Parts: sequence; C-alpha cells; structure tokens
Amino acid sequence: MSGTEALRGTGMGTGTAHGTGLRAWVVRRLLLGAGQTVAVVLLVFALTEALPGDAAVALAGDQPDPARVAAIREALHLDRPAHERLVAWAGGLLHGDLGTSLASGRPVATYLANGFGPTLLLAALTVALLIPVSVGLGVLAARREGRFADRLISSATLGVYAVPEFALGVLLVTVFALNLGWLPPTAVGYGTDLLAHPAALVLPVLVLLARPVCSLARLVRAGMIDALASPYAAQARRYGIAGARVRYLHALPNALAPAAQQLARTIDWLLCGVIVVEALFVIPGLGTVLMNAVAERDVPVIQGLAVVFGLTAVVLNLGADLVARRFTPRAAVAA
Amino acid sequence: MPHAPLDDSRFPGLRRRGFLAAAGGVAGLGALALAGCGGPGSGAAAGGDGKPRRGGTLRAAFAGGGASETLDPHRTNLFADAARAKALFDKLADQGADLSAQPRLAASWEPNDGLDRWRVKLRKATFHDGKPVTAADVLYSYRRIADPKEAFRAKASLEPIDLKASRAVDDRTVEFVLKRPTAEFPNVLAAFGAYIVPEGARDFDKKPIGSGPFRFVSFAPGRSAVVERYDEYWDGAPHLERLEFVIANEESARVNALLGGQVEYAHELNPTTARAHEGKGQVEIVRLRNSAMQAFAMKTDRAPFDDKRVREAFFLIADREELVKGALSGAGEIGNDLFGKGYEYYADGLPQRAQDLDKARHLLKKAGVEGLKVTLDTSPVAAGFTEAASIFRDQAAKAGVHVKVEVGSKDTFWTDTLDSGTLASYRSGAMPIESHISQRLLTDSTTNATQWHHKDFDALYQQAQSTKDKKDRAAVYERMQRRLYAEGGFLVWGFADWILGMAKNVRGVAHDAPANTLDWARFDKVWLA
Repeated sequence: MSGTEALRGTGMGTGTAHGTGLRAWVVRRLLLGAGQTVAVVLLVFALTEALPGDAAVALAGDQPDPARVAAIREALHLDRPAHERLVAWAGGLLHGDLGTSLASGRPVATYLANGFGPTLLLAALTVALLIPVSVGLGVLAARREGRFADRLISSATLGVYAVPEFALGVLLVTVFALNLGWLPPTAVGYGTDLLAHPAALVLPVLVLLARPVCSLARLVRAGMIDALASPYAAQARRYGIAGARVRYLHALPNALAPAAQQLARTIDWLLCGVIVVEALFVIPGLGTVLMNAVAERDVPVIQGLAVVFGLTAVVLNLGADLVARRFTPRAAVAA
Repeated sequence: MPHAPLDDSRFPGLRRRGFLAAAGGVAGLGALALAGCGGPGSGAAAGGDGKPRRGGTLRAAFAGGGASETLDPHRTNLFADAARAKALFDKLADQGADLSAQPRLAASWEPNDGLDRWRVKLRKATFHDGKPVTAADVLYSYRRIADPKEAFRAKASLEPIDLKASRAVDDRTVEFVLKRPTAEFPNVLAAFGAYIVPEGARDFDKKPIGSGPFRFVSFAPGRSAVVERYDEYWDGAPHLERLEFVIANEESARVNALLGGQVEYAHELNPTTARAHEGKGQVEIVRLRNSAMQAFAMKTDRAPFDDKRVREAFFLIADREELVKGALSGAGEIGNDLFGKGYEYYADGLPQRAQDLDKARHLLKKAGVEGLKVTLDTSPVAAGFTEAASIFRDQAAKAGVHVKVEVGSKDTFWTDTLDSGTLASYRSGAMPIESHISQRLLTDSTTNATQWHHKDFDALYQQAQSTKDKKDRAAVYERMQRRLYAEGGFLVWGFADWILGMAKNVRGVAHDAPANTLDWARFDKVWLA
C-alpha cells in the first residue's frame, strides 16, 4: 500500500523473453502471477489466524460473556479447524464463490463490489491527472536542467514528497473547505454516487496526487537527462533531426520505462485502498472495507480482498513490463 | 458487526467505529407497578426554544460498523445501530435520564404479588405497514432474541423470562411468566436491543418495518440510512420530514462535516474538539453527563487484590481530579468507586473519597505488601484508557507501588481481561444500577471482571428483586453499594461526558440524557429552526 515510496525498482523480471515470443512470456508471467496470488492468500490467511482473537471475540466486544462468545463461534463455524475452513473457502472460490462475511452474513462479493467503485473512481481520476502533470513537469525540468525552472521543480517535488498524506489532507481541508469554504470538507453521505458531487473529489484527488507526482516527475526528469546525453540522441542530432523530435520520440520513451514501473506501483497503491484518504474524506472504498474486516477478524472478507489485491498487483506489473518492452525493446534483449 | 459498545479510541490513528455503551439490564427489580401511565419518556426535548417547526431534513454523523452494518434491531451493537434502531423501532420500555424504566410501547405493567408474573398492556400503536402492534409481535420478538441458536446481545437481559410459559392474554395484553421474582422487570423491557418487530420479520436489509417514529427509505451499510416521518406514530409524528444517518468513523471527519455544513448533528466528539468550538458561535456543543463510567477493575479473587486492605489502598492512591483532567481532558466528573452517579438508587450519601497516600502506604504495610508490583492491563480500546493508566502508574509510584502498564489489542481487550490479569482498565456505558450488579457482580454473572463472588451479596440482590416496595428496595441497594464502596473491586475514578456537536439551527436535543437512554440520539422531538 505504499508503492510510491519505492522510487526505483525492477519489475518482476523483464527479461525472460528470449526468443520464445511474447505470448509464451505473457503466459509464463500469468502463471507465475497466479502462483504469487495463491501465496499471498495463504500468507494473509495464516497472518489473520495468528492475530489474537477471532470474529466471535470481536463481535462480542465489551460484553465478552463466554457463553455468548462460544455461541457465536459455533454459529460462525469458527470451532472447525483452520485448515478445514480454508479448504471450504478455496472450494467455493473455484466455483467463483468468495464466501460470506462472518460479521454480517452477506456475500463477500458485495463487499468488494461496493468498495471497488469509489476506489476505482479515485484511482482513475488520480492517474488521469498524474500522467500528464508528472511527465510535463519531468520533461520541463530536464529541458531546463540546472536552471531556475529545474531547481524550482526539483526542490518543490522533494518538499511535497516529504509531507505525509494525512498532514496534507488536514491542511487542505482546513484551508480550502473550512476557511475559504470553496470545497466540501468530506464526501460524507454521498455514498457511491461520488461522480454526482465532483467538488467533493477535488481535495482527495489532490492529496492522492501529491506524492506520486513528485516521484514520477523526478524519475522522468532523470530518465530524460540520461537519454538526452546518450550517444543515440547525439547521433540523432547529428543527422539534423529537430530537437523536439529527438526529445519526444527518442529520449522520452527511454525515460518512460522506469516511470512505467513506478506508475504501476502507484496504481496498485491506489487500487488497494488508500486508507488515510478514505478515512479523512469519508470515502467508503476498499481501504475502509479492509480496516473494518481486520478489526472484525472477518476472515472471508480479508481473503477476498487478498485475492483482489494479489491479482491487481500481478496484472499491473505485467502491464508495466509490457509497456517497458514496447518503449525500450533493448532492455528485454539485453537482459 | 463490530463490536463493542462504547469503545472509542480516537484519533487520526484511524480507529474505527464508536461504540456503544452496553446496556442490557438483566433482571430488574423495579417493582413499581406504574399503572396506566402513558407518559412519554422523561424530559425529552430539552433545549427547545420557541415553537417546533415542521419539516426539513436532518443529517446526523455517527461512527459506524462499515459494510457489515445491519438494520436488524436485535443485532444492535454500536451507537449508530442503536440510533437507527430507535428511529425505526420501539421497545416496550426505555430508560429515562436517571436510568429508570419509562413505558413506551407498553402502556402499563403490573406484577402479581410474587413478582414473578407480569401483565404488560400495550398501547395503541401501528407498524409502518398499518398493522397494529400486538401481543403476538411482542412474543415473537422476544423469542427471536432468546433463540438459543443465535447470539443476540439482549438474550442475556431477557434470561429471567420463561418465554415458553408466557402468553398473549389478548391482542394488547402479554402475560410474562418469570423464572424467579424480578422486581426490576421493567428494566428487562428497556434492555438494550430488545426491540419489537412484526411477527415473522426476519430480513431487515430490504425494507424493515417497525413501529418507530420514522419509516424506512433507504440503507447503504457503512454509508447512510435514510428514514422519513411516520405520520401515525403513537407518540406524535416527528417534526422532521427526513432523517439521514451518515457514517464517518474519523472524529476529525465528523467535525469537519459539521463545520462545513454537510451534517447538522455529529455524535461522539473529542473533549479537545469540544473545547475548541464551545461558545465560538459556529456550532453548539452538548455534553451528556454521566455517560461512561471510568474505572480500574481489580480481580478480588487473587493476590494482591484478594486482600481488601490492598483494594482500599488503591482507592486511596487515585487522585481522581488529576485522572479526569488528564485522561478525559476535563470532560467528565470524578467518581466515588460506585457505578451509576446520578442514576436511580445511587448511594450519593457516601463521603467522596480523596487521595490519601499516607493511609494507602499504611494499609499496604499492614497487608504485608510493601514495594508491591502490579501489572495494569490497558488498551486504546476506549478514549483515555492508556492515558489514565499512565497517570495512575505515576500516582501509585508515590505510594511505593510499582505499576507496570501493559497495552493490549483493542479488538480483543474485553475478552482478554475478563478472567486473566489482576488489574485492568474498565469502562461502562449507562445502564440501571441493578443491571450493573446482575451482569457483573453476582457469582453467576456473565461478565464478572472483578471476580466478585459473595454468596451474601448474591442473597442481597435476590432480596432486592423480591421486594415490592420501592423504598425498601432502595435500602437494600444502599447496603450493597456500601459494601462495594468499602471493599469492592471497581476503582471508579470518573464519569465521562458524551459529547455531541450540532448546527446552530438544531433544536429539541436533550441535554440531560446519558448515552443509550431514551432521549439520547432521539430525533422525533428534534426540529430545525
């Protein structure tokens, strides 16, 4: 959930495609991803089981009448051994059944579906703004390397990156919602119908954008500077190709390869529930679902989220690697 | 659904939900035969100035239970659940500001001489589908709650009732047969979560039907619930046209929504927030006194607290003013080692205990435990818990007692500390004093956190429950409380306010109703100026 932290990193093995063709590579990656998802789900199950207390204890709360706890445990089948519960759940999963929540008895699928809407909306808006803004800032800074614009962008991005989301959120709410009254402070009561209240989305999206813009812009800038200083850029210039063409058709794609990996990680972070922003602005997305499920020891819901988060990470990383291959085929060949 | 009542750790740390002060009075004494009495609940509608205006929508923000929330009134657990249930449903009785039972759907109740058979007459009321509320609905509701296969919260409270033998005398009269004399039976009728639903009702997610002041419009678990005025409500149609409950788990979000005009009512605010906005004119702050008892529970069946001199020494170690100021940010008042300050039957004649370190040291010396080392279990499960624990640690050090504070998981704290450990943070929401005793201080109590097992004390309780005259019963309660004051296991150091924030145009919100009582979160008497 903190994908933006990593400013650098490798994808999951960009270079396995020696001569076997793209399709085989994708299939292998998907199989590997499925295995990773299974591992994640097993790990999450084990960790949840290792937490003190179970759903019955959480449900009993401050009225821990032992008879009541035992009754709840029996009603929820928590008295069955952990591996039996896991097998039963996995069996359901094979039929596309994610099971039902221990806390409410409702299908886990509705939990995921309801939480996914707001999360997806926030992620989509953030990414739609993130790419042009960060690439634009990165390219601008690279073009003015060492000059005022570059120094301004570089120091501003470093500064903003250092501000935690919660602090930034509180600051923005205080200034723009409470003092100036321009925007609503929260999205409380808007439910899933957030699109009907675009003003309520401005501050959350700004908070979500802040740090990813900084990390991406800095990556693009560094990549551009490297690429522009490279022999092939110099060669292109010797051929008399226009500066803009060199910059955007030759240098930029090279700068985007590392940025694509970082972008995938950012999208992953956005889709897996940005708890702080959801809590601060009262947006009931996947992060909120996860928080509640863990506190309730609602294992089926946690498992369902683990599947979704695992698959999201696999698909996004695969997508990023495909993009990287497309932009910089050299990387695949060389690897 | 999550947990516990009256929980409230707070702060950015993203806690979730707010909780409920448990209630659930088990058996009650209560003799009073309260005949006829059609009075609506106690002092509702305080703070109302001017003539109520009809119409408008009020949005109320509560901490909630996320996507697991339900409108099933028998699954009521959190404050948000209770507020929604109260809008849609009624109980036979509910608790007044002093926690005494007030008739609601019951028009009257009358015991036999043995106090083990009660005739409850229902008032003329209708469900939202127009059908009358009948004795059959009452029996169905109580039997559903008591279903052995289920774990409804009110089940323990209804335990005194023999539901097999109880019957409908006619459409509007129920005869409850009890397993033993229960003078405080009306407390059972007012138990937390003991709502009356139509016979056969099972699914409350789609379109729940109740007899409450508002009827169902829509519900999105963890987000919002919308209800609208029920014109035929027996206690007079609400002033509001609509009422919307919205969920915001972060206290800061509730405050911001209130300040930004997105809600008109915000439940459960921090004392620091209250102080920042009190009297500033932007919003109105309401403090519901005596809403949450704050205590340390000493296990009286094991060393070192099996020696009553040690317990008394601990009573004398506590500087209650400092605890209220530090752990509750001043939002509350000091306690006197007894539950239920301001409630019916509270023994307020006992001298207020104050810190006396010399006497504490002396008592510890006599008990032979100088240089005592104790572990205090606490957890961020409720507001002020960890703060109170560290303040008490420092106070104890002055009496030569070494207290080690151990912070546990907030999701499992109550279960963890029920039987284990020796000293733990404790708090309780409002409930009748009799319920507090029956749930926590009898040998067979289900949540006896101080492990207080005394046959003679049990006998006193049974005596009170078999005493028809209220004065005589009060005398028995006084005896029991004297005993607890002298050597009980609860070091009750304070009572926290429950803090609400409201827009300036909200009128008719009760200012004297502890959380969980009838007039708390009661919106049918509220109006917008």
